Amino acid sequence: MSDASPVPTLPPSASAKASRLRFAAFWSLPPLLWQLAFFVVPLGFLVAMTFWSVKSFRLTPDATLANWIFILNAGFFRNAYIYTFWLAGLTALLASFVAFPASYAMAFLLKPATRRFLVFMLVVPFFTSYPVRIYSTQIFFSPQGIINAVIEPLGLGPVSVLNSPTGTVVGYLVLTLPLVVLLQTFALGNVPRTLVEAAHNLGCGRLRTILTVIVPSARVGLIVAATFAFVLAFGDYVAPVYLGGSKPPTLSILIADQVKSGNNWPRASVVAVVMIVTLIIVMTAMLALAYGRKGARR
Amino acid sequence: MNASTSRRALLVLYTALVFVFIFAPIVSTVVFSFNADRFPSLPWGGFSLQWYEAIFADASIQRGLMNSLIVAVATSAIATFLGFAAAYVDYRYRFFGKMAYISIVALPPTVPVVILGVAMLTFEGRIGLSGTLTGITVGHVVLAAPFAMALVRMRLADLDPDIERAAWNLGATPWATITGVVIPFCLPAILASVFLTAAVSFDEFMIAWFVSGVNETLPVRVLAMLQGQVSPRINAIGALVFAVSMTLVVAAQMLLGRSGRRNAKEA
Repeated sequence: MSDASPVPTLPPSASAKASRLRFAAFWSLPPLLWQLAFFVVPLGFLVAMTFWSVKSFRLTPDATLANWIFILNAGFFRNAYIYTFWLAGLTALLASFVAFPASYAMAFLLKPATRRFLVFMLVVPFFTSYPVRIYSTQIFFSPQGIINAVIEPLGLGPVSVLNSPTGTVVGYLVLTLPLVVLLQTFALGNVPRTLVEAAHNLGCGRLRTILTVIVPSARVGLIVAATFAFVLAFGDYVAPVYLGGSKPPTLSILIADQVKSGNNWPRASVVAVVMIVTLIIVMTAMLALAYGRKGARR
Repeated sequence: MNASTSRRALLVLYTALVFVFIFAPIVSTVVFSFNADRFPSLPWGGFSLQWYEAIFADASIQRGLMNSLIVAVATSAIATFLGFAAAYVDYRYRFFGKMAYISIVALPPTVPVVILGVAMLTFEGRIGLSGTLTGITVGHVVLAAPFAMALVRMRLADLDPDIERAAWNLGATPWATITGVVIPFCLPAILASVFLTAAVSFDEFMIAWFVSGVNETLPVRVLAMLQGQVSPRINAIGALVFAVSMTLVVAAQMLLGRSGRRNAKEA
């Protein structure tokens, strides 16, 4: 490509070369050094600290597996792990299914101007305080809250989702649904209209078109959306505390407790590292699922 | 009404319900921040500004707001510079290990904030930054820089790489080219990223919650208040945060929108 460039480049002199190098260093080094120092190193430090010990309330550099053995063998950790994984998976699935009809309507039925407006509206929740939104949700569901005030005259019993896994999932949906609708809408918007029309012309019914044409062609985007929902829910702290009542605890609650009250940073680090490894495995698996059979299909 | 129209109507109604679910907490926050009653329930207790008066009279909330603003301004300046630099490097150069370079800069938002928070706390504890506003800023820059990079990179995709080479061959130094051509071209994206990264920082609560110590930011104050009893003051703070963040986001959106339209005209 550079051979075809319409602007020939003159051979640079030695001093010009040094100046070019300084120039390149000025732009490339700051972001690299900053993220190395304050992102990579802290995460590396987190891993290293899982091998440290706490001796008479003081952190001591060490090379012990005790923290790993303690956490991995602890019943409360295993329960929390399974519970968190299950709730995050359920949230990804629920959010995907709840979002799909709405995303479908936005991508295929609504006018472009309406769609643009709704897409902008979906960005709004990201810039409202998430803890405040959870607080509001709590109020909605509280025994004297709006939802019960509305449904009780209708003869429907008081709903009690607060301080239960259901409450946590509702909170996870508050967190993930805007993003999932947004990503699904983009994914469905990229499905070639010609494919959809061809399916219709060949006598394919609406539901069959969705299942055999639209979903497979938007598969990558749909899976990416579900993955983001899983990642967000898996790491969230606010919903399980304020809507789930911390019972049973999720992994993020374990981390916060170990750090804030237990002051056992090495054990918290073990939980954090296990979470990161889990997320890497889940993301790799989901990407394999998203791109895996693509070649075989064509 | 045939089957197709009613199905259409049903889908649109369903979409409306999904948006109601998403926006109910936001709307109720704003509505009940003006409610005269202590407990947010129906019917509405009448219009009142007392909760706003209460939060502006609360010294801890004022300090939180001040800390949040300081951190947001510092974060947006540093993150935008780093994001611009990384985007320019990605646009301009090809080198060995570029994928790794881009990954290191762009990956932080994929790590759960609770983990970033612990990592930040333990690391900053070692180097004496934890509990300081500098410590919070450092964490927020890590999280916000990728957003700045994405915004600037999208803008740079529209800049013909030959324009820079032409300027160099006409005798302009790389420095003169970047200040005279690249930065002016990217200005809308740079300003948008200033606002967006400020909003990201202003709303972030998990990293700040771990790192802040006594120097609480506003969202951390909210988190602490949530532990207590029902308080309409949280609604007032929420509405305030909403107003500040949305002002920043709408400003960013307008800047990007304007540059987008100008591009369309040029093309």
